[in-house]
Amino acid sequence: MQESTLYTITIFSENTVGLLNQITIIFTRRGINIETLSVSPSAIKGIHKFTITVFSTKDMIEKVVQQIDKRVDILKAYYSTDDELVFQEIALYKIATNKLLALGSIEEIIRKYNIQILEMNETFMVLQKTGHYKETQGLFDELKDSVGVLQFIRSGRIAITKSKVERLSDMLASIEEKVTNEG
Amino acid sequence: MKSKNNNIEEIAGQARNDSAKGTKRIISGSQILIESLICEGVDTIFGYPGGQIIPVFDTLYDFKNEINHILTRHEQGATHAAQGYARVSGKVGVCFVTSGPGATNVITGIGDAMLDSTPMVVIAGQVGANLLGTDAFQEIDVVGITQPITKWSYQIRRAEDISWAIARAFYIARSGRPGPVVLDFTKNAQAQNVEFEYQPCDFIRSYIPVPEVNPAQIEAAAQLIDEAKKPFALVGQGVILGNAEEELKAFLEKAGIPAGNTLLGLSALPSDYPLNKGFLGMHGNIGPNMKTNEADVIIAIGMRFDDRVTGDLTKYAKQAKIIHLDIDASEIGKNVPVDVAVLGDAKETLAALTEKVKKNSHTEWIRSFDEYDKLEYDKVIRKEIHPEHGQITMGEVVRRVSEATENKAVLVTDVGQNQMMASRYFKYSQPRSIVTSGGLGTMGFGIPAAMGAKIGAPERTVCLFCGDGGFQMTMQELGTIMQEQIGVKIIILNNHFLGMVRQWQELFFDERYSFTEMKNPDFVTIARAYGIASKEVNEREELDGAINDMLQDDKPYLLVVNVETKGLVYPMVPAGACITDILLCD
Ligand SMILES: Cc1ncc(C[n+]2csc(CCOP(=O)(O)OP(=O)(O)O)c2C)c(N)n1
Repeated sequence: MQESTLYTITIFSENTVGLLNQITIIFTRRGINIETLSVSPSAIKGIHKFTITVFSTKDMIEKVVQQIDKRVDILKAYYSTDDELVFQEIALYKIATNKLLALGSIEEIIRKYNIQILEMNETFMVLQKTGHYKETQGLFDELKDSVGVLQFIRSGRIAITKSKVERLSDMLASIEEKVTNEG
Repeated sequence: MKSKNNNIEEIAGQARNDSAKGTKRIISGSQILIESLICEGVDTIFGYPGGQIIPVFDTLYDFKNEINHILTRHEQGATHAAQGYARVSGKVGVCFVTSGPGATNVITGIGDAMLDSTPMVVIAGQVGANLLGTDAFQEIDVVGITQPITKWSYQIRRAEDISWAIARAFYIARSGRPGPVVLDFTKNAQAQNVEFEYQPCDFIRSYIPVPEVNPAQIEAAAQLIDEAKKPFALVGQGVILGNAEEELKAFLEKAGIPAGNTLLGLSALPSDYPLNKGFLGMHGNIGPNMKTNEADVIIAIGMRFDDRVTGDLTKYAKQAKIIHLDIDASEIGKNVPVDVAVLGDAKETLAALTEKVKKNSHTEWIRSFDEYDKLEYDKVIRKEIHPEHGQITMGEVVRRVSEATENKAVLVTDVGQNQMMASRYFKYSQPRSIVTSGGLGTMGFGIPAAMGAKIGAPERTVCLFCGDGGFQMTMQELGTIMQEQIGVKIIILNNHFLGMVRQWQELFFDERYSFTEMKNPDFVTIARAYGIASKEVNEREELDGAINDMLQDDKPYLLVVNVETKGLVYPMVPAGACITDILLCD
């Protein structure tokens, strides 16, 4: 039995209706739980980028990624481990203003955790923190115990590869070259 | 027939001219659909009408001379017929069905086509776009339901998108590893009038149907093959789908390699071809299964190491280096770790490999299969095809029918014991001679698939073997056979049991025959009701005469043969066992 690790899957796709379903059914079939998911338009017009994290084995992740890559509307899918990526998450925390003020030094917390304040009024404040899971979770745990957290939300992971190869643009370039050569 | 094709050419020609000249006609979405299909070379459609596809059927009425529409008796039948048609002809099978229940009735056929890589385009009516998502009458989420079992599933909501979607659908269905495509066609788009222009599709930027052949992979494979002492080839349907039968033979002959076939790979090589060592897997031949675990190099060609072929993966071909030739990169390493992957179209990769490998003969190794052939003949085959007493066996019926057609017929099977017996004892002399449900194992596949096969290869004799169970799953298609006078030869191997399940109950469940015995109707009377000639045979002596009667003309025929009730298909590798742990007759 291989060990289960956190893998980040990056997928570039056409922006068509139902694409997310096409991707998730491949995980469903194999009983894999999606940990985080984030989708947005990519740097290339008309192409969407999915970043998905899952716990899985290397053997399994390879098969799953190939099956995703095979779908007609998917341009490219690949997987990476944390050491191959620069990645980030963002978290928002809604706190009762009076409780936070009662804590004494807000400055200290802000400096310690590198927080931004997005909104503040007499009832509540919204804090923002970016970081890895451990960091955003650390702040949550601390705030929950000290002042209580009214609402908390964390985004899915977004990631950029450290590799010098730009897989999608290289692929698109080679497709383009082929099409112009042929026609 | 000729004038039909001329018209088709004319219509397709006009569409091309219009596009070239920029003088586009404004026509309805339904007409755009039909003319687009004609541009794709479609001349046969299997279908069933209903409320949300009526406009399309109305247009079809004007194209009766160009398109042969076969009205099946159930939408499942339409899909299996399209599959049978596609499998024998290599063309894309096409179905028209209505929304809601029409669409849900085609799920089995779509799933079957997906698992067996059969090119098919299903066009389903859908409620008007303004009603989508409202639980309108006969609205169902067809794209959502079919996404997991199609190569591509798309909803057409505007008439402007029809010709684009059709072009793309056909390109996807037939290119690369073929498969089913669903187009969910809203009623408003059918009725809307827009300009028509047809551009065939031959490129989708996100889709690489055929990976480029990599010379390094060919080189590495050739080296392994040249060094091999006991090479063995596993032939799958990829060879047939890629029309690579001649390339396969050239490869096997040059390198002196014996080959086994998967169920769907049967007929890629003729049965009597010296290097063809038979059928792989659960009910396959002893030789190829045993030799899989003796070979030092295995060359898998267009096959996917299905569990019915491999048995216990932890004990499968562990001693061998494995070379896998496939068009689908996601098959590489999916079930079996591979030493050398050769991606590409089998026609190209086999030719490239043949050029690179050294001439070889491996005479001793090839001859070593003989002892297993003899063992199997003595223990299993002789009793099955030349029984001296007792009730008629399935095997003898199959072999006699095969020989009566000079082994030239197309074999269609249903699922169960009949399927395994037919695949084992039928003989193949030309490619595309077997149509069977491999991946999904769909009972009821037989009758409609045989209809489609006969329509796809009208000049060939088409013989269907089915069980009494499977026959009753789609026997309403006898109505289609009657109406269209489709000359299929149906043989029911009647054992009054759901035989294959009964076999498992006998072997693995202490003979507890839980709900597998069947009280059957008088099949001959049923055939008579449909005006189909029919005969029932109980005695061995009557068999040849009945087969000759059946084959004397090109009309439909139902032959009911009452075979031994408790026959068993041997050899058998029990599910999940090692492929060399083969059960033979007691
Ligand atoms: C649609 C469907 N339902 C159930 C099964 C499970 N099944 C496999 S073989 C078989 C028995 C088939 O009986 P019959 O058609 O009489 O053929 P025989 O095995 O006797 O030749 C059954 C029930 C199946 N393959 N397909």
